[in-house]
Amino acid sequence: MPDEPTGSDLLEAPLAIEYPFNRTTGPVIGPFLTALIDQRVLGIRGEDGRVICPPTEYDPLTGAPLAEMVEVASTGKVTSWSWVATIREGQPLQHPHALALIQLDGADTSMMHVVDCGSADAMVTGMRVAVRWSDERTGSISDIACFVPTGEG
Amino acid sequence: MPPADNDRQITPFPGDLWTQPPITVPARATATEEVQRIRTPAALHYRYNPGIAPTVFLRELAQKRIVGGVCPTSGEVYVPPRGMSPKFGVPTSGTVEVGPKASITAFCVVHIGFGVNAPPVPFVSALILPDGASVSLYGLIQEIPYDEVRTGMRVEPVWVDDDQLSTSFENIKWWRPIDEPDTDPALLKGHM
Repeated sequence: MPDEPTGSDLLEAPLAIEYPFNRTTGPVIGPFLTALIDQRVLGIRGEDGRVICPPTEYDPLTGAPLAEMVEVASTGKVTSWSWVATIREGQPLQHPHALALIQLDGADTSMMHVVDCGSADAMVTGMRVAVRWSDERTGSISDIACFVPTGEG
Repeated sequence: MPPADNDRQITPFPGDLWTQPPITVPARATATEEVQRIRTPAALHYRYNPGIAPTVFLRELAQKRIVGGVCPTSGEVYVPPRGMSPKFGVPTSGTVEVGPKASITAFCVVHIGFGVNAPPVPFVSALILPDGASVSLYGLIQEIPYDEVRTGMRVEPVWVDDDQLSTSFENIKWWRPIDEPDTDPALLKGHM
């Protein structure tokens, strides 16, 4: 029988573990994604009147079912962020960018998305950003290509 | 729009089990069909290193040989070898060739196949004990009607063409019956 292999004699092979999820969107996320095709962002009114965006089917505080979807603006402010310096497969931008929580004008909660602003030095909590829409929109969160600084405030 | 498919019907709960108020949505600018499903694939990409003993196993497999690891305490032969004896927790003392002739220790008839390499259903997936080994390998049984497969049946591996051999378990396409008397199932006890 052969000698035991060591170090670089050992075999190595690519191994991908992949889950091909196919999810139903339901009565709230479906309209939210559909509205993105028309360059509109929808939230939903919570039991206490505040606007939750992205929308949820149930009030995150009380669990009550929610029913009134409302449009919010495509501009807002960064409430929190972290810098992504190393790009991996599947990320929305292929160059360094920020992952940020963005509270859109007219919404009372924040959504997570990417901010394309060149460098971490350009990121400030509270900065104003606006949606940059994808040219081809299919009813997906990636219809929002990214957020970009508006230069104001 | 997501690609059309017929994976599964979307069925609501029975009305009295679960209710949700009708959702009001601001009027749409265009008559777009509402999104009903999305694909959100998730993948983890690894560089897999099988380790010392499986490396030997796969290299031998590329030569159409099946080897197992020998437990120095019990003499049991583990295939595929993992470098240690799972029963005694000690390193195995080298490898020995087993098979290629083998006996079926257990099997199941598969009626719902999936994966790109699944043969037409129904087919038989089996645990196969190579001669000289103490534990069984998984394998496919072909070249016999599925309802004639039985425990103790003697089989041999069917290899891919020589120019297709690689350091892969897929070198064994399937196992087929050979004209030898069945192994007494009592002798297979403890070797699944």
